[in-house]
Amino acid sequence: MLKSDSWRAVIVSVSLLVIFLGLWQLSTPAPQAEEALSEYELLMGGADQEARVPSPSEIIGLAISELSNPFYDAGPNDKGIGIQLGWSLYRVLTGFGLAALIALPLGFLIGMSPMMYKALNPFIQVLKPISPLAWMPLALFIIKDSETSSIFVIFICSIWPMLINTAFGVAGVRKDWVNVARTHELGPMQTAFQVILPAAAPTILTGMRISIGIAWLVIVAAEMLVGGTGIGYYVWNEWNNLDLTSVIFSILMIGVVGMLLDLALASATRLVTYQE
Amino acid sequence: MNPHFLEIKSLAKRFPAKQGELTVFEDVSFGIEKGEFVCIIGHSGCGKSTILNVLAGLDAPSDGEVLMAGKEVRGPALERGIVFQNYSLLPWRSALSNVMFGVAARWPGWSKTRVREHSLKYLHMVGLKDGAEQRKPAQLSGGMRQRVAIARAFAIEPKLLLLDEPFGALDALTRGTIQDELLKICAETHQTVFMITHDVDEAILLADRILLMTNGPQARIAESVRVSIERPRERGSIVHDPGYYPIRTHLVDFLVSRSHGLSGSANSGAPGSGHQGPPRIVDPAEAARGASSLGSPSNAIGNAVSNRPSHAIGKGPSNAVSHSTSNANGATDDRSVESGPLLRAVNL
Ligand SMILES: Nc1ncnc2c1ncn2[C@@H]1O[C@H](COP(=O)(O)OP(=O)(O)O)[C@@H](O)[C@H]1O
Ligand SMILES: [Mg+2]
Repeated sequence: MLKSDSWRAVIVSVSLLVIFLGLWQLSTPAPQAEEALSEYELLMGGADQEARVPSPSEIIGLAISELSNPFYDAGPNDKGIGIQLGWSLYRVLTGFGLAALIALPLGFLIGMSPMMYKALNPFIQVLKPISPLAWMPLALFIIKDSETSSIFVIFICSIWPMLINTAFGVAGVRKDWVNVARTHELGPMQTAFQVILPAAAPTILTGMRISIGIAWLVIVAAEMLVGGTGIGYYVWNEWNNLDLTSVIFSILMIGVVGMLLDLALASATRLVTYQE
Repeated sequence: MNPHFLEIKSLAKRFPAKQGELTVFEDVSFGIEKGEFVCIIGHSGCGKSTILNVLAGLDAPSDGEVLMAGKEVRGPALERGIVFQNYSLLPWRSALSNVMFGVAARWPGWSKTRVREHSLKYLHMVGLKDGAEQRKPAQLSGGMRQRVAIARAFAIEPKLLLLDEPFGALDALTRGTIQDELLKICAETHQTVFMITHDVDEAILLADRILLMTNGPQARIAESVRVSIERPRERGSIVHDPGYYPIRTHLVDFLVSRSHGLSGSANSGAPGSGHQGPPRIVDPAEAARGASSLGSPSNAIGNAVSNRPSHAIGKGPSNAVSHSTSNANGATDDRSVESGPLLRAVNL
């Protein structure tokens, strides 16, 4: 019953994809036969400057060639998709990791102490709605390094969901369980690690999952701003080259990597989820 | 008088309320001996759980003190094991791991194998085996969860075991079997137990003494009822003990008609309300034996279960005798049928 349902879902998904790609393919005219290039066109670097939406087959072709050699490095403006994604992932994971280092202990503190919650809440409420990219100029000025600045932007955007969810999860730990810790004479550290952390872990990991999703959204924009390396820079660079095939291909890759990040945290959440 | 193992001295608990404060209970004094099983019965909301939390050290009293083996109880400690009504097992740990949690906290120096073996011993003692040890609480029935909670409490070998309506959420059949197990374990270990219940029959089956608490606010402990029924007791045969129905009737009568009138708020000016110190000791079973040997079955049935106005307090043992005489005619079987609906009314 369930099995046949999921098979049907797969069939529907595949047919939708085929129909969509088929319509797309049909609606994009085949590239015109090569004509002799005018002098102007030669100067501008070739006939490809005529921007048009590529057909799916062209994108698939590019994907195959890019993914078969994802890590080539032929100078600053020509690196494999793997290298670009690697840079973005490195920044996201670094910023996210630093944010976790701050947000988890601070969230614990806020969750445990109503006083600290009241004291810090105004700051959180003001800082949270600021677009992470708004920090970029300030970060660039103070840090004076584009690399670190984009990591900082990731840090600042991923800290809030983690902080808020940790505080929320810790504050919501059932009093009974805390009493179990108390009646067993657990110290503060033991209570934190043996009772509160496992009790709040599903909420905390949900916050981390939201954070990494936002971080992956933000890194593309941040890299478009600061340039150099990364998938965001790659997209922008290919747009400047009017290479829409590469643009669409990298859009797809951003989606795939974002999905993998989300899947990783979803399965981590599943590991710590308990049934009451 | 020797100091008791557990001494509760003029305990009071007040909570801040809209106007002034709410006195949940006051002037609560009693003692518990080592190895004694004491139940406390009272209507919902009279403050039983609050007393238990103070005994546990989870909550501080507003007045009075609790001494255990001469030392003041100031906070929660491993020498007092607790079982709550809602089990309070850690849901992310398996049954075995929940017990091991307690054992490892109690004996931090023990090796993992030793902790495990000790925990398994207690799980088996409460009847959890055949793979149930490895299941998470959510995959266990209510009865099994409560067994785990009891195993965890017994496994740390506390000096005092505190049980807060441990079987309240269980169906009657399960409750019966776990009561039997508790009876057996207590007989083996001579555990000192303080237990809250709202089930009169459960209290008689398990307890050496039953404390009767009046309704709140300003609740107090009105009587300490001795359950002089020989051990070992059995659920099936205890009702045939001649002492059973006198005690039962006394308890039901208290809950139905007297508990309200005796609360501090109900008669703050009346005589007897200034009553301090330990509660009056009553022994309905003994009184019934005495009365039946005197042979006065004439005025028997009638006021055993009926609603009598509160004329109880302050009359001393004579009241207990006259009260119990009415049950001493041996018509126990009839009455067990009679008191069915009444008991249900009490078991709110
Ligand atoms: N934290 C609290 N603040 C105010 N009132 C409380 C608090 N805890 C308990 N009470 C009151 O104390 C009374 C006794 O509660 P409780 O000990 O749980 O009763 P029982 O266990 O006998 O049913 C109740 O009327 C309840 O409303
Ligand atoms: Mg209660």
